[in-house]
Amino acid sequence: MSVAQPVRPVPANPLPTKRRMTRKQRRLGLIAAAGAVLCFAAGLVLFAMRDSIVFFYGPTEIAEKGVAPGTRMRLGGLVEAGSVQRGPDQRIGFTVTDGNNAIKVSYKGLLPDLFREGQGVVTEGVFEGAGSFRADSVLAKHDETYMPREVADALKKQGHWQPGGADAPAPAKP
Amino acid sequence: MIVEIGHYALALAFGVSIIQALVPFWGLVRQDRALASVGSSAALIAFALVALSFAALVTAYVRSDFSVGNVVANSHSAQPLIYKLTSVWGNHEGSMLLWVLILTLFGALVAISHNSLPPRLRAGALAAQGLVAVAFLAFTLFTSNPFERLSPAPAEGQDLNPILQDLGLAIHPPLLYIGYVGFSITYAFAVAALIDGRIDAMWARAVRPWTLLAWTFLTLGIAMGSYWAYYELGWGGWWFWDPVENASFMPWIAGTALIHSTVVMEKRDALKVWTILLAILTFSLSLLGTFIVRSGVLTSVHSFASDPARGVFILLILVFFVGGSLALFAWRAPLLRQGGLFAPVSRESALVVNNIFLATACATVFIGTLYPLVLEMLTGAKISVGAPFYNATFIPVMVPLLLILPLGQSLAWKRGDLLGAAQRNAMAFGLAVLAALALIAFTKGGPVLAPLGIGLGLFLVLAAGFDLAERIVPRASGWRAALSRAKGLPRSAWGAALAHAGIGLSIIGIAAQAWSTEAIAVLKPGERLASGRYTIVLESVTPRTGPNFRAEVARFQLFSGGRELAPLEGSKRIYTARNMPTTEAGIRTDGLSQAYVSLGEAQDGGVAVRLYDKPLILLIWIGSIVMAAGGVLSLSDRRFRLAVPKRAAPATAAAQPAE
Repeated sequence: MSVAQPVRPVPANPLPTKRRMTRKQRRLGLIAAAGAVLCFAAGLVLFAMRDSIVFFYGPTEIAEKGVAPGTRMRLGGLVEAGSVQRGPDQRIGFTVTDGNNAIKVSYKGLLPDLFREGQGVVTEGVFEGAGSFRADSVLAKHDETYMPREVADALKKQGHWQPGGADAPAPAKP
Repeated sequence: MIVEIGHYALALAFGVSIIQALVPFWGLVRQDRALASVGSSAALIAFALVALSFAALVTAYVRSDFSVGNVVANSHSAQPLIYKLTSVWGNHEGSMLLWVLILTLFGALVAISHNSLPPRLRAGALAAQGLVAVAFLAFTLFTSNPFERLSPAPAEGQDLNPILQDLGLAIHPPLLYIGYVGFSITYAFAVAALIDGRIDAMWARAVRPWTLLAWTFLTLGIAMGSYWAYYELGWGGWWFWDPVENASFMPWIAGTALIHSTVVMEKRDALKVWTILLAILTFSLSLLGTFIVRSGVLTSVHSFASDPARGVFILLILVFFVGGSLALFAWRAPLLRQGGLFAPVSRESALVVNNIFLATACATVFIGTLYPLVLEMLTGAKISVGAPFYNATFIPVMVPLLLILPLGQSLAWKRGDLLGAAQRNAMAFGLAVLAALALIAFTKGGPVLAPLGIGLGLFLVLAAGFDLAERIVPRASGWRAALSRAKGLPRSAWGAALAHAGIGLSIIGIAAQAWSTEAIAVLKPGERLASGRYTIVLESVTPRTGPNFRAEVARFQLFSGGRELAPLEGSKRIYTARNMPTTEAGIRTDGLSQAYVSLGEAQDGGVAVRLYDKPLILLIWIGSIVMAAGGVLSLSDRRFRLAVPKRAAPATAAAQPAE
């Protein structure tokens, strides 16, 4: 048995061999094209993952993890009751708390309809260090009974989670 | 009583769907034609039963029957009739019933159409469709029953979420669901072909109208949802790359690829295995979308209070149908006969390139949507992936595709002439480049990418127009000959040109948003605010009472460059039942642009006002409508009718819902 010797199939006629070759070439070409596009996209995705993704933190996580000032992130928690202050030019300040720690947020613009003291909020912006945060957007939600899941988790971690009202539609009042 | 009938009909439909899923399959195995044809009757009965059930729920809503828990939670006796109707699907349970209704409707349509279909293919498709119906009927019955009674019945309902009390919501979910769920048919046909182990151009011809139909509705549904978010949420944004939006966008991209690959299969009998895989993946993405929306695993601006138990159920459905069909694919696909060869420069190769790019674009959206979920499971870190990610990934993948689209459009089948195709598009390209350069010069110092985007959009529109003209107006012939040539051109050619021009229009609208401007101020009556080309003057703020809300309505005069336009009104509403505020934006259309006013809180004797100038924004949605019109035109193509010489059933049945 001469296994080492490569066995060449003898073509019955020249045409099928040629066709098989073109089929193989075509397929290789196709795979190369698809591979190139996929690699291009994978490169874009990896690049974008580094720069354009923001992390979500609660006030306690910011304190514990030692988030560097200047970091872009989302901050979530409860709007502390009585903390909302309105300044001129649509400037608004409020405190976001998870019960143990709190961060002062400054924002310029219109607040969403469902922004209320004592309710959950998610803001996106830049952490400025020393417990202050400059938000450039305050996210609106569609439903007043809805608690942003991140906020609910952050509150649960701090043991300030009261179920009912937030995660289930209120039972019908007779 | 009616409510119980509805519940009972739904349970019966569940039983009938089990028959629809199992008996034809058994007939296929036993080679028994009578058994295999049971699927058609079962599909019709299942649809009739679900329709009865849906009608029962609609009746409960219209009558404000507050002994039904679902009606109490989502309706109010003071709601106008139209919102009582839309409340039916403005909640989880009701929208699942709508989902199942459309699913069984498509099953019934397959049952009554396609009489020329090979019986084995139809039996297999109906069985697969039946299996999907079984899963979703079980889900609706066991986790999301809309017919549950309350005792004692409350006197008044809790009202529909005010943000959903809007005409846009009346049409958005049904359109979207017809699109989403319509892809179940292509999935069912793919599964049937795999079971049968055979696939040919006939299959592609049978599947293509369904794909077009689903795609057309999905296009309209996404556009409608985007317009609804634009005017109802009051932030002036029209697309947020939100998980729920992506959930409908991914099947759209995959469906677009599927439309193009079925053309190759139909014309050239090639790309079969890939087309089957694509059909499976498209519906899998629809299922994934349903999972994302219904389980609330991903935080989204669209998130409503949701129940994790339901999420697990849908996850199981998802795993079963995606995993099952992919396993079937792995097992049976090697049996499918390989397709023909084709030359590297040809229409079919261009369509393969289209598929590569669209699949990649879809993958980037997929990664962006699910990466946060995976990362949180693995590390516990919470992240959000927003517009910057998609701008850096999705757009760079789409731009080359759109740039070469006109080339592919003018390449011939089998053997194309690249140079000739380039020459045919040179004029459109030149004009588009000139327009972009002129725009850059004109808006010196402004955004640079936006004029290029407008150039790209213009290129697509012009190239589509020129391509048609070239086919219709041969050199040296009169308009009479041109007219008859225009008539002779297949409708699908018109449809393709229209759809491609529609993308171009949307891109122009999207790019033009780089020049949108925004200004905020607290206004007292008589004071003015300017943004971009528009200036508003606050006239008055007056209270007004609606059927189930109180409103503060601010009335503005609107000026554009010294010319006074019709006044506009924005308002803040408080819906009394939930004590929930909403903002109703005031929008004035000015040509293709819009002035958009959104109100903030009343303060210091004035009211906070945000004014946007949205140049050419209407083109975004006009482009989508043009795309959908292209889909409808393609649907009316003769060759879908020619497929059945005896009866005109398939094309008309497929085209009817589109009208």
